[in-house]
Amino acid sequence: MSEGVDRDKRRFLTLLTTGVGAIGVGFAATPFVLSMTPSARARAAGAPVEVDISKLEAGQMMTVEWRGKPVWIVRRTKDMLASLPTLDGQLADPESKRTDQQPAYAQNPVRSIKPELLVLVGICTHLGCSPSQKFQVGPASGMGDDWTGGFFCPCHGSKFDLAGRVFKGVPAPSNLVVPPYMFLSDTRIRLGEDKKGAA
Amino acid sequence: MEKLLAWIDDRFPLTKVWEEHLSKYYAPKNFNFWYYFGSLAMLVLVMQIVTGIFLTMHYKPDTTLAFASVEFIMRDVSWGWLIRYMHSTGASFFFIVVYLHMFRAMLYGSHRKPRELLWIIGVIIFVALMAESFMGYLLPWGNMSYWGAQVIISLFDAIPYVGPVLSEWIRGDFVVADATLNRFFAFHVIAIPLVLVILVFVHIVALHKVGSNNPDGIEIKKKKDANGIPLDGIPFHPYYTVKDIVGVIVFLMVFSAVVFFAPELGGWFLEHDNFVPANILQTPPEIVPLWYFTPYYSILRANTVGFILDAKVWGVIFMALSIMVFFFLPWLDRSPVKSIRYRGWIYKSALAIFVVAFVILGYLGTKSPDAVDLILMKNVRWAQIFTIVYFAFFALMPWYTKLDKTKPVPERVTK
Repeated sequence: MSEGVDRDKRRFLTLLTTGVGAIGVGFAATPFVLSMTPSARARAAGAPVEVDISKLEAGQMMTVEWRGKPVWIVRRTKDMLASLPTLDGQLADPESKRTDQQPAYAQNPVRSIKPELLVLVGICTHLGCSPSQKFQVGPASGMGDDWTGGFFCPCHGSKFDLAGRVFKGVPAPSNLVVPPYMFLSDTRIRLGEDKKGAA
Repeated sequence: MEKLLAWIDDRFPLTKVWEEHLSKYYAPKNFNFWYYFGSLAMLVLVMQIVTGIFLTMHYKPDTTLAFASVEFIMRDVSWGWLIRYMHSTGASFFFIVVYLHMFRAMLYGSHRKPRELLWIIGVIIFVALMAESFMGYLLPWGNMSYWGAQVIISLFDAIPYVGPVLSEWIRGDFVVADATLNRFFAFHVIAIPLVLVILVFVHIVALHKVGSNNPDGIEIKKKKDANGIPLDGIPFHPYYTVKDIVGVIVFLMVFSAVVFFAPELGGWFLEHDNFVPANILQTPPEIVPLWYFTPYYSILRANTVGFILDAKVWGVIFMALSIMVFFFLPWLDRSPVKSIRYRGWIYKSALAIFVVAFVILGYLGTKSPDAVDLILMKNVRWAQIFTIVYFAFFALMPWYTKLDKTKPVPERVTK
């Protein structure tokens, strides 16, 4: 049977054919796999948005939609800002050392470009629920007597301060995300794009 | 008639297949109650496929139309409510039946040699079923559909490096959106059902190769008569086809009672928050998956301590492990006997404790982790304890099954 059969050659050819076939399958699969990535339309809808903040009063928050996510813009009062440094001991990452949670220009004690104006993605870093605002202070907030204002996620009980910094001992691992943004003027900001370019 | 059969048999092995898999497939004669659930799982699969086909005739996979089209099915389509309730109730019953089917294997050692591959195919079917039901749950585009999908897909974010890109690829957008709904529809109605049907076929091919296990956990093929037929075997048809029909009737009675009198089953089969359309700016007060996922959801949330990796990542790892560990069951079990009938008190207690842990984890998965619903401690603390129990059942199995005192196994099946 095996007379005249070069087994090595046969094995080599089989391997070669299988290999070339596998590469072909890989190439053929590529368009199908890539067809599932965000479409051009989804990417366009994820384009930067401009927000007029002229009507936002001190102590108020507005919610805008960017890439289908709620983005909060809060004009913090002096009292709110003064409360931030007092909390450092209770926070998991008070100095925002995790660099992927904010652009470099928001890696400061107030996590914003202008101290009074806070911009945050309103999605909990635990499992993606949207926390609710708890700006009242003390017992009135229902969050305990020493509560100085912040955000509370009703899903799994994560707590954040008024700079979106996460408290210790809650399920969320990291601070709320600060999206890339920049000021076009004193009353207009552009979300999703900064001086370095679009996100 | 006989001529026709002969004509077919010359061209297609009809009689051969019939005999090999039904009239001359010899199954142990001592099957009991626990052996109904395999055939019932097939019944539910067929029912889900049939009702699903009729639902797709009216459903619209578009975020602006989906919720209303489900309400349209419920109110305006003739008998649409029945078809939809059969489908939604069928999903829950699928898991009830499959969980009991898997428990049967753990009772009688049906995963042990030579049925390891049969068991592995079964676990793959279970995983595919989970994917199928998860994707189907997004389709009504209720608020719980939306946020449930958001939470589960964001689990992939936890994977280092590739996580964010991977979850974006799954969603086809930066959040759960129209693209996600559309592709989940495609997966739910064709891709995964096709895989399920093929896997079930392969599962049965593997079963008929090795033969069915039985409550005594002994091999009937070891004792054969002069014709090579197992002494303790009876032909599947007509004996077990008739037995299974009884099971089907009883099952359909229970199933119909739920479909007609309690299709939501108090929020357990259809969640209240899902009667509100998806709202991307408003999370439901408590995100809870359907009951059949809650044990794993509990395990996901139980990890609150970070160690090198974030607590969240550990939660995802443990949740994945809690399902993957079933693949290794045939090799974790080192007992010299298969059936619980001939095992000692250690395995019996371990299995009982495991069932209790599974049920309590399932209950806790429907509750807020910070509340106190059992005694003394917050739910999350109990979930941590029972997560440890859950994994201890598997991790310690190689030792306690060996240690366990077993009884002598009979030569022939008993009553």
